[in-house]
Order: sequence, then C-alpha cells, then structure tokens
Amino acid sequence: MEPFKFIRANDPRGAISSMAGSGAKIIAGGTNLVDLMKLNIEKPTQLIDINGLKMQTIETLPNGTVRIGALVKNSDLAYHPSIMKNFPVLSEALLSGASAQLRNMATVGGNLLQRTRCPYFYDTAAPCNKRVPGSGCSAIDGYNRNNAVLGTSKYCIATHPSDMCVAMAALGAVIHVQGPAGSREIPFGDFHLMPAQTPQYETTLKHGELITSVDIPPMPYATRSHYLKVRDRASYEFALASAAVILNINGGRIKDARVALGGVGTKPWRATLAEKVLTGAVNSEQTYRTAAEAALSEAKPYKHNAFKIELAKRTLVHALKTVGGMS
Amino acid sequence: MDKNPHPPIEDDSSSSSSGTSRRGFLTQVAVAGAGLTLTPLLTGAKEILPGAPPGPAQTSTVTLTVNGQKHTLNMDERTSLLDALRENLAMPGTKKGCDHGQCGACTVLVNGRRINSCLTFAVMHQGDEITTIEGLAKGDELHPMQAAFLKHDAFQCGYCTPGQICSAVGLINEGHARTDADIHELMSGNICRCGAYQNIVAAIKEVKNV
Repeated sequence: MEPFKFIRANDPRGAISSMAGSGAKIIAGGTNLVDLMKLNIEKPTQLIDINGLKMQTIETLPNGTVRIGALVKNSDLAYHPSIMKNFPVLSEALLSGASAQLRNMATVGGNLLQRTRCPYFYDTAAPCNKRVPGSGCSAIDGYNRNNAVLGTSKYCIATHPSDMCVAMAALGAVIHVQGPAGSREIPFGDFHLMPAQTPQYETTLKHGELITSVDIPPMPYATRSHYLKVRDRASYEFALASAAVILNINGGRIKDARVALGGVGTKPWRATLAEKVLTGAVNSEQTYRTAAEAALSEAKPYKHNAFKIELAKRTLVHALKTVGGMS
Repeated sequence: MDKNPHPPIEDDSSSSSSGTSRRGFLTQVAVAGAGLTLTPLLTGAKEILPGAPPGPAQTSTVTLTVNGQKHTLNMDERTSLLDALRENLAMPGTKKGCDHGQCGACTVLVNGRRINSCLTFAVMHQGDEITTIEGLAKGDELHPMQAAFLKHDAFQCGYCTPGQICSAVGLINEGHARTDADIHELMSGNICRCGAYQNIVAAIKEVKNV
C-alpha cells in the first residue's frame, strides 16, 4: 500500500475543502476502499476520515420522507424499525449483502460508491478499462460468468455489486450531496453511470462533492415489497441475479409497480420496461412472466453468462409472486 | 450519457485500444530492449504509470483503548487495526487470515459491535473501545462464549476461533438471531476450514438461551 496523508474531518466543509487535491479520497466504513488500497488499485495520496461528521441519523420528515445520513451503518439501516415496517425491500436487500461484520462497518454513502467485483478489475496484471482507461476489457473475451448482461458496452461489462442500491433504485431514492459550489439533489436513476466508453467514471458525483444523506420518499404501498437474491452460495456472496419488487395491488389489478434488478446490470437496474407491463395489468402469474420478458428484452449475453438472462427472469417472477400473493 | 460530467476518453467509433495500450507498451519495451529505440518507451511509460511516485510513509500518534487499557502509539498511518493489535501491541490473539475481510479471523468488537479489524486503519479508532479475544475473560473466569466453545468442542485447529468467539459475542449483543438458520446467516462472515460449524452453532445456542 502506498503512503497517504491521513486527515480527520470535523465538519462537511472541512472534508470538502480537504478534497481539493486530485489524490484525495473520503474514507467512512473502509470495507471496499481499504481492500482496494491493499491491492494497489486505489492509491489515494490523502485520506479524509469523515466518521466524526454528524451524519449517522435516520429521521422521518413531516411529509413522510425518510432521511438517512450518509454515515448510517448498513446494519443500523437494515434493522431500523421504520425501514423494516415501511420499506421491507430495503431492509432485506441490506441484510442479503456481505456479512454481519461488514454491515456493521459499511455506510450508506460508501455503499452507493462501492466498486465492481469483476475479477479483472482486481487483477492488476490484466487490462481493465475501469482501472486503467484505454487498456482494454479482459472480461468481454475472458471468463465472464459473473458479468453483466444489461447496460454493457464494448469497453466494460462489469456488474454493479450493491444490493442496497437495487432496492433504492426501486424506491426512487434521492441522494443529497454537498460540494464546493453548494448542495444539490441527485435522483437515484441519475447517480450511477453505465460504462459506455468511459467505464472509469461510475457516478455523476463531481470531484470534491460529499454525499450527506439519502432520502426515501413516502410510498405507503412499499410495505408490500420484497428483495430476492440468487447466488452461488446461501450467504455472504454477490448476486448472480436479484430483484427488488414493490407492488400496489387493488381489486385484482396492479395499480403501481416498482421493479429493479441486481447482479445483471452495469448499474443498479431499474426495470422500467417491466413496470410498464405491470402497471394497470391484472395481477396474475402471466402478467409477471410478460413483465420479466420485458425486463430482460434488451439483455446481451456473453460467452459464460447467458444463463443469467433466464435466471434473472425467474428471480423476478418469483419475487413478483411473493409480493403479489401468488406463491 | 448527457448527464455524465466527465469527458469521454475517446470516440465510441474508434477502437477500444486507441492510444498506447498495455500490450502496445509491452511491445515497445521489447523493442527498446532490443536497442532499436528508447523514445516510444518513455512516452508509453507516462501513459501506463500515472501519478507521482509514492511519497514517504506518514506516521501518526494514536491512542487506542484495547480491553480497557489505553495505549499511545506512533505508527505508520497505513497500519490496519489488526496489525496494530498484533504487531504494535503484541496481542496475537486476533488472527490474520485473508487480510481482505473475507474470512472473519480478525473479528474484534469495537464499541461492542463486531467488525473486521483488517479492513480499517488503526488511526481511525482514536477514542473507540476495542475488545479482543484477550479481553473477554475476567481473570481466570472464561467468558460464557469461551466456555461454551470448550464444552461443545467448537473448533479443531483453533485458528479461526478467536474471530468466531468475538463474532458470536457480537451476534448475542445484536440480538437478531432467533432460529438456527438465523445463526448460520449471521455467522456467515466467519469461515472455519476444519468445518466445526455444527458445534459452533451449538455453543452459540447455549449462550443465547441462558
């Protein structure tokens, strides 16, 4: 690991001004960043510890929005009574990720920024456009069983690894950031970028901006929601495919639907094509199957991951059946 | 892509290997090695070796509270909490397994909560209460979890055991385990290559049900 200058920030403004240098990185939980620093994939010259900042609270605003501080630990969010009751999809997604120890360390803000687990991103001897822009993508013609089928480009097919983000995509979360030029809000769908020709850029967060909180807007029908994750082992593993599903069913018809997929996309994948099929349709297994076909209609398989397309469809149908009362 | 604030590195129409690719650079190194030319080597080197050379190691003074005792240490800021415990404080009870947060051997309690000590820097823990396996017993009286691990033969080689026990104590503190399946799930961050899992679960159940 290369040396860095360690700075303890006392307030958001201090953290933001410390980020002015090009090699500065924020550290919160550290679960992803420290690992990448040990592997010389991340080489910050300045490390700004923000754990002393007051961003650890979960509060419900008068309009029903739940505001989650960026430093809230994954486990604290997952077990928060109002999250468990009102947004089970978010609680389930968080608890399906990592291990208990890591969830006690990892923060909400850090989870939004976690990097892919594509093996070629980790292998510093292999070309990777995300790690060394312009060096090429080793996964496209390499071993790509765990790579993405949605949102890929000829420059990168790495999946976004987060479970939490899949639930937040379905919930239409809003990310609050503070930077040298002031504060702004970023709708969840506009936060993560698809790789296109610049896979090294993963979010629309600008250099020097600090994530301060995430809002979950009120959605009374989200009490009826579910996160289903399918993976190679029962626990402590990244998704091969996952589905976050929220349904508002009234009189046998689906009034509103929110669907997002994980493990298959280059970003947390809001499946708007599936939502279109579901919204207004009869609540039936046939509807679910049509929605799953729509969700994966733009999927592009690579040599080893074609199975993910069918797996994602079945995962989504299964999750819809659970929420829709058909299972 | 209009929302991307970052400029693209090249046109989408061009090949993914425009500019000096790694392979191209290696070819140039080979060519330079043969004594034909040196200039392309230097140009290429700039492109694949970005950034300044690493600076000197930075040190910091940090006070760690471990098992109720304060220790003031001057250490390289890159020192993980795990290495600070084992190397700087000579407390080798906490084990180093994978050193990447995958095996759980390094689990300690920080302010009563279990974490992987390999994935955090010691300088980040000024003021925290750190409890390691060495701090669980009260003198000669074993912590109930240690006693339960002995009673149920919940280990074979013992290397993962300090992490398993600290993790199990954290699990009890958290209070979310109701069923055997919950224990399996909430202990999944601790790998036991000897496969003592059934006995580990039995030990945890005994302490949980007291």
